[in-house]
Amino acid sequence: MADHSVAVAPANQRTTPMLEVTDLEVVLPAGAVVDRVSFTVPAGRTTGLIGESGSGKTMTAMAVVGLLPDTASASGEVRWKAQDLLVAPERRRRQVRGREIGVVFQDPSAALNPIQTVGRQVGEILRRDGLPRTQVRARVLELLARVGLPEPERQADSYPHEMSGGMRQRVMIAIALAGQPELVIADEPTTALDVTTQARILALLADLREREGLAMILVSHDLRVMAHVADEVVVMYAGRVAEQGPARAVLDRPYHPYTRALAANVPAVTSRTAIAEPLPGAPASPFDRPSGCPFHPRCPMARDRCVTEVPALREITEAGAGPGRFSACHFAEEVS
Amino acid sequence: MMLTFLLRRLAIGLFTIWGVLTAVFLIVRIAPGDQATVALGPDATPEQIAELRHTLGLDQPVLVQYLNFLGDAVRGDFGQSYRYGRPAMEAVLERFPATVTLTLAATVIAIVVGIVLGVVAGHRPGSLVDRTTSAATLGLQALPPFWVGIMLILVLALWLRLLPSAGGGDLEHLILPAVTLSIPFTALVGRITRSGVAETMSEAFVRTARSKGLTEREVLTGHVLKNSLVPVVTVVGLQVGTLLGGAVVIETVFAWPGLGNLLVGAVGNRDYAVVQAATVLIAVCVIGLNLAADLAYARLDPRIRLEARR
Repeated sequence: MADHSVAVAPANQRTTPMLEVTDLEVVLPAGAVVDRVSFTVPAGRTTGLIGESGSGKTMTAMAVVGLLPDTASASGEVRWKAQDLLVAPERRRRQVRGREIGVVFQDPSAALNPIQTVGRQVGEILRRDGLPRTQVRARVLELLARVGLPEPERQADSYPHEMSGGMRQRVMIAIALAGQPELVIADEPTTALDVTTQARILALLADLREREGLAMILVSHDLRVMAHVADEVVVMYAGRVAEQGPARAVLDRPYHPYTRALAANVPAVTSRTAIAEPLPGAPASPFDRPSGCPFHPRCPMARDRCVTEVPALREITEAGAGPGRFSACHFAEEVS
Repeated sequence: MMLTFLLRRLAIGLFTIWGVLTAVFLIVRIAPGDQATVALGPDATPEQIAELRHTLGLDQPVLVQYLNFLGDAVRGDFGQSYRYGRPAMEAVLERFPATVTLTLAATVIAIVVGIVLGVVAGHRPGSLVDRTTSAATLGLQALPPFWVGIMLILVLALWLRLLPSAGGGDLEHLILPAVTLSIPFTALVGRITRSGVAETMSEAFVRTARSKGLTEREVLTGHVLKNSLVPVVTVVGLQVGTLLGGAVVIETVFAWPGLGNLLVGAVGNRDYAVVQAATVLIAVCVIGLNLAADLAYARLDPRIRLEARR
């Protein structure tokens, strides 16, 4: 626990972050879906992006690895190993994909090619990089074993439709790991799975992080997932950062009413309902953001100032807040 | 199992061939002009006609005629051609290779050009390239092939004198009819490929492929194309059969010495034996090709293989 808060502090000068995202903006034809989002991922650490659907968390993660839809454009800076990927030549960006940054997508039944064997899909990046056939096979079996698939020999020759959801997600993780990346982006890796399987996949991700020192960007709407895996969280609302800071501290003592509402809606671990109650009111659309603070129509604390003035993301310095706490609430100090 | 699937398809195919034989038999009986009258010409005496009718078995009850016809057909015997004075099937089979060559050439052109056009257009749906290609393929599909053929003859053969306009045998003579025959088919393959590719491009696994750092070309050839090909294979299987029919017209325009040319002549001459033999042969080819298409897409998509197993 103590180790936790020390290592996460942004003021820590021992490690320059491996990934540094600064003022990222993603614009679709209908408007900006990500608005000035900044965060870092130090080597071996996990940063969580959390928010309801439409908060821009997935767009943020996809912008990092250059997998936005054709119609989207990103600006700002995505500094990866001292190079801004947003302006890097396409060749370099392709080289980063898969080999330096791997991606685990949301719904493994859709994200796997239905007409290729699992082994072929896991081994594709290795084959492409010129590894001889027999070695590719050996590596594929090793990867499948590593993500906890029983009987890798047999599974490598199966097709995705012959597998369960949890197994497919393990395959997806094996694909993401195949190019030996240093950072893995996991976009809602457990959302499409049932509760028991969710727990197993989370344990696998946590294990990869612990044992292999993999850095991760975890995208999720599920606070329990975050509490489980993330070191640092970025809470997003309507394309903007609502609150940001060390995961444990943010979840224990939120400085934004939105985070507090999210946390209050998390069912207890012992609860039998797996799905969190949705927050009252509809999430604000980034295309039609309310004036002032975008959260004000749903906020129990909203005052006149919240309707007129857009709150800036500011560091919380009050005593007891701990280091590295940021909130975009005019009345952050009154939240907890 | 794959075998039961195959046997079922085979049974359906045989049933269809029986249907074709029956239809061919009936149409010839219904068509104006008795075969014997036509064969002997206007100067024949009633006695001669009656004699020939007897030789041909036309004086027997229709049901007996029908059973005889089926029995002969199974052995490949469709009777004598009046015009050529030898077994009809022999005359038909002699012309068959030329038609197969023409059809195959047109099919290869259509598949290669059509798939390339379809992939280019479908890669970015709604783009300028897509809209241009789609408009062009729609236009090409709408042009009547005989008109295209005549235009090609005018421009390439008569004005520019690049290629011969008529005749058969070598590659030079093959180009114009094959291109003409392939045009609507190319357009069709292009359109089907385009919609398949456009649909596949929006699939989540395409993004997975990109996340592996593949180039757009590798994504297209490695992941998008094969997933888009099932409908293309079906259409090709069905269309190659239709192409045999289209070849009839094109062969006439270009005087290509194939089955179509023979068939058109035989219809004009009321050479029913040849018409029957040619029709049945074409039908058997079409049915065989459809069966091949079924098998091909079971190979392409493991999920179809799974269904076939059930």
